[in-house]
Amino acid sequence: MATTHVELKESELPAEQRRVVNDLSIQVATVNGSGSQTANSVLLRAIFQMGIPAAGKNLFPSNIAGLPTWFTIRASKEGYIARRKDSEFLVAMNPESAEEDVFALKPGAACVYDERLNLRRLRDDVVFYPVPFDQLVAPVCPDARLRKLVRNMVYDGVLARLLGIEMEEIQIALRKQFKKKAKAVDLNFNAAQAGYDYATRTFQKQDPYYLERMDATRGKIAIDGNSACALGAMFAGVTVVTWYPITPSSSVCETLIEYMRRYRVDKETGKATFAIVQAEDELAAIGMVMGAGWAGARAMTATSGPGISLMAEFTGFGYYAEIPAVIFDIQRVGPSTGLPTRTAQGDMLKNAVLSHGDTKHIMLIPCSVEECFTFSIEAFDLAEEFQTPVFVMSDLDLGMNSWMADPFSYPEKPMVRGKVLSAEDVRRLGGFARYKDVDGDGIGYRTLPGTPEPLAGYFTRGSGHNEKAIYSERPNDYVNNMDRLVRKFETARAKLPKPVIQENGRREVGIIAYGTSHWAVLEALDQLKKEQDIEASYCRLRAYPFALEVRDFIRRYDRVYVVDQNRDAQMLGLLRLELEAEDIKKLRSVRHYDGLPIDARSITDEIVSQEAQN
Amino acid sequence: MATATVPPASPAKVNRLGLEMANYKGNKSTLCAGCGHNAISERIIEACYEMGVEPHRVAKLSGIGCSSKSPAYFLRTAYGVNSLHGRMPSIATGAMLANRNLIALGVSGDGDTASIGIGQFVHLMRRNMPLIYIIEDNGVYGLTKGQFSATADIGSKLKTGVVNDLPPIDTCALAIQLGATYVGRSFSGDKRQLSALLKGALAHHGTCMLDVISPCVTFNDHEGSTKSYSYVKDHDEPLADVSFVPTSKISRWITTRAQPWTSPCTTARTSCFANSRNLTIPPIR
Repeated sequence: MATTHVELKESELPAEQRRVVNDLSIQVATVNGSGSQTANSVLLRAIFQMGIPAAGKNLFPSNIAGLPTWFTIRASKEGYIARRKDSEFLVAMNPESAEEDVFALKPGAACVYDERLNLRRLRDDVVFYPVPFDQLVAPVCPDARLRKLVRNMVYDGVLARLLGIEMEEIQIALRKQFKKKAKAVDLNFNAAQAGYDYATRTFQKQDPYYLERMDATRGKIAIDGNSACALGAMFAGVTVVTWYPITPSSSVCETLIEYMRRYRVDKETGKATFAIVQAEDELAAIGMVMGAGWAGARAMTATSGPGISLMAEFTGFGYYAEIPAVIFDIQRVGPSTGLPTRTAQGDMLKNAVLSHGDTKHIMLIPCSVEECFTFSIEAFDLAEEFQTPVFVMSDLDLGMNSWMADPFSYPEKPMVRGKVLSAEDVRRLGGFARYKDVDGDGIGYRTLPGTPEPLAGYFTRGSGHNEKAIYSERPNDYVNNMDRLVRKFETARAKLPKPVIQENGRREVGIIAYGTSHWAVLEALDQLKKEQDIEASYCRLRAYPFALEVRDFIRRYDRVYVVDQNRDAQMLGLLRLELEAEDIKKLRSVRHYDGLPIDARSITDEIVSQEAQN
Repeated sequence: MATATVPPASPAKVNRLGLEMANYKGNKSTLCAGCGHNAISERIIEACYEMGVEPHRVAKLSGIGCSSKSPAYFLRTAYGVNSLHGRMPSIATGAMLANRNLIALGVSGDGDTASIGIGQFVHLMRRNMPLIYIIEDNGVYGLTKGQFSATADIGSKLKTGVVNDLPPIDTCALAIQLGATYVGRSFSGDKRQLSALLKGALAHHGTCMLDVISPCVTFNDHEGSTKSYSYVKDHDEPLADVSFVPTSKISRWITTRAQPWTSPCTTARTSCFANSRNLTIPPIR
């Protein structure tokens, strides 16, 4: 375990002798709309460039300007990139939140702050570094209008000095940020340099935290999950994209638009080979996806909880009429409008059975930006193979934050377009029955509109239909169709991404988690082992319906903790629907639902506390 | 069955594709005998036959309601989607974006369009995509047994005696204001006018919106209704004597329509009032 907490309490040695290297969390508290994004991303990038595993998380309000926002950077030589509950370094720029932020610091932490806020009076167990931001920025930024934006770069310089971030890396990061705009690079760098120089002149290092170059990020890329999803969709050959703006999903389609304009315009004709529509609402967005999927295109939309609710009826239509569609759900905190800019895994249960009547949907659950990319591609294959809507269940934490990753590999498999009959096929067969289970896998054959063969045409409907797609209210037709849909779902179960299971021979404690909880679970596994001698095994779910391996995993352990980032233990609920009573009895719940990404300490403490009750 | 490549041996009357009228028929209608919608289906069959439309290129799209059932009753070999209540425009938009060679023929009703579907309707009109949008307008919800729809006139009476006290939504006026480029109002009982309008619509490149008054014989054909056969016959005032003239320009358009559509994200309001001779707006009441 990272031992900073313990060491700090024990030691009163000078900073240099209590060195805590490459293991800290920095929290930058600003006002939203103050242009801190550049300073924060440059800081993160500079640390990353020094070869130190680092992750940044933006905790922002649902507002454009004036409310508090926090950016946390966690640097960890162990490679832990989950959120940490507390931070060692606070940069307090926001008068509104400063006092609360300082009181939240643990003893021994450090605080860089705007001098005017006069925070030193608040505590005597925290190291304070007051900085006169306005005085420092004025000489390096003569244009008063730009000062507000450049001012934040000063704390980059101060932190660089205090923590040991190389100024050269700050400059490189700035160049990446502003690309060819040399003036902007200089302006911002000079502000950082002013901060660095001021810290050199003024401060004696009193905290024990240091960043030192290591070699753990070579060859890695940093990308947010939404961009990774967009890349995946483009590689998957999406041609129709329809969407309605909603946080935190908007950047999936916005980024995709940029990629498609760059890479999917026919070079010879200059014409787009795709169509992207900003629809009037989510009802229309999903309707267009259904129309396009029906007509044979690879089509997608991206949304979040409220949009999903609006898409419910069409999703059921897609399930029953059997139309391929890919829906990216970048989950946020509900119910209702909820906390639009905070993260949760709140749509798991809803999406699994979205829409009225008996419906079941395939969900892919990425935990990383790599999986955002690969699962996006896979989602389009699965949608067409199984002729049904497929959800990619990301969340705000994964979608909107920048994550370190290995470079993505070019997809190797050819596209799976599913069972589609050509005019020749239909002619040879002398016709076809759209919803007949010819192969015993529950998947019928379809034709695409425009296929030039009179016997190929059929009528698609969300009302009752028989094998030949003819309207029917006959009990047998209905039951046969619904049972075939179950067969299809069972076929899918075996074809979805398998859970990732790591076991250690002990048979007491298992943990089941999914999505972004993964990173906190990895760290919690280490904490449990080091602190409590609890050696837990771990099964990471990657898809719904669950593979049989999940049931088998549960059977191998006495107690299985299911980690959910929602109040109602939604994944545990889904598991209960599929498991037998004996298995269900083993399940326990670890839940986290305060809108912030889950952290390892919360998981560890909860498991330890429940284990103690055994 | 006859196909485009194998002309029938019999001397039956065929169109330019070698197809008979029978090739354009659909399943037997399950709507009420005398329903205006059946007459509209007949006109669609005739227009597609006469214009030599290839059935396999037609996407028949509808929402929910009596009207939306009707695509099953024409062009049996075409493709179709009977989708969700009020959502035909989005299904149609997606299908057209996916395959620019399709001829999108949407059928909706007054409830499907002017109430639950008004949002998708107005945005479809704004986009002016190549689509024929027919409202089979009878002023009532038929499948749910006779409630008023949003196109019912003020003062119109239900069978139960309930009088409508809200003004109707004028779908034609909306469509024109929003940018549809071919807008008409007709009557299911006016064979000649409706045929001409449908043929014109098949030849038009852009959104065609036809509001066709189509009396409901079961729930809205009584004394006091303003959408009954007798009321409409008494109050129908054709603004122009409409007929379809297949000019060379239009014929050329039919072939160019088969070309991939170039600019999916923009609206092209090119032929707005150039086609105004096809534009007829009979008074609502």
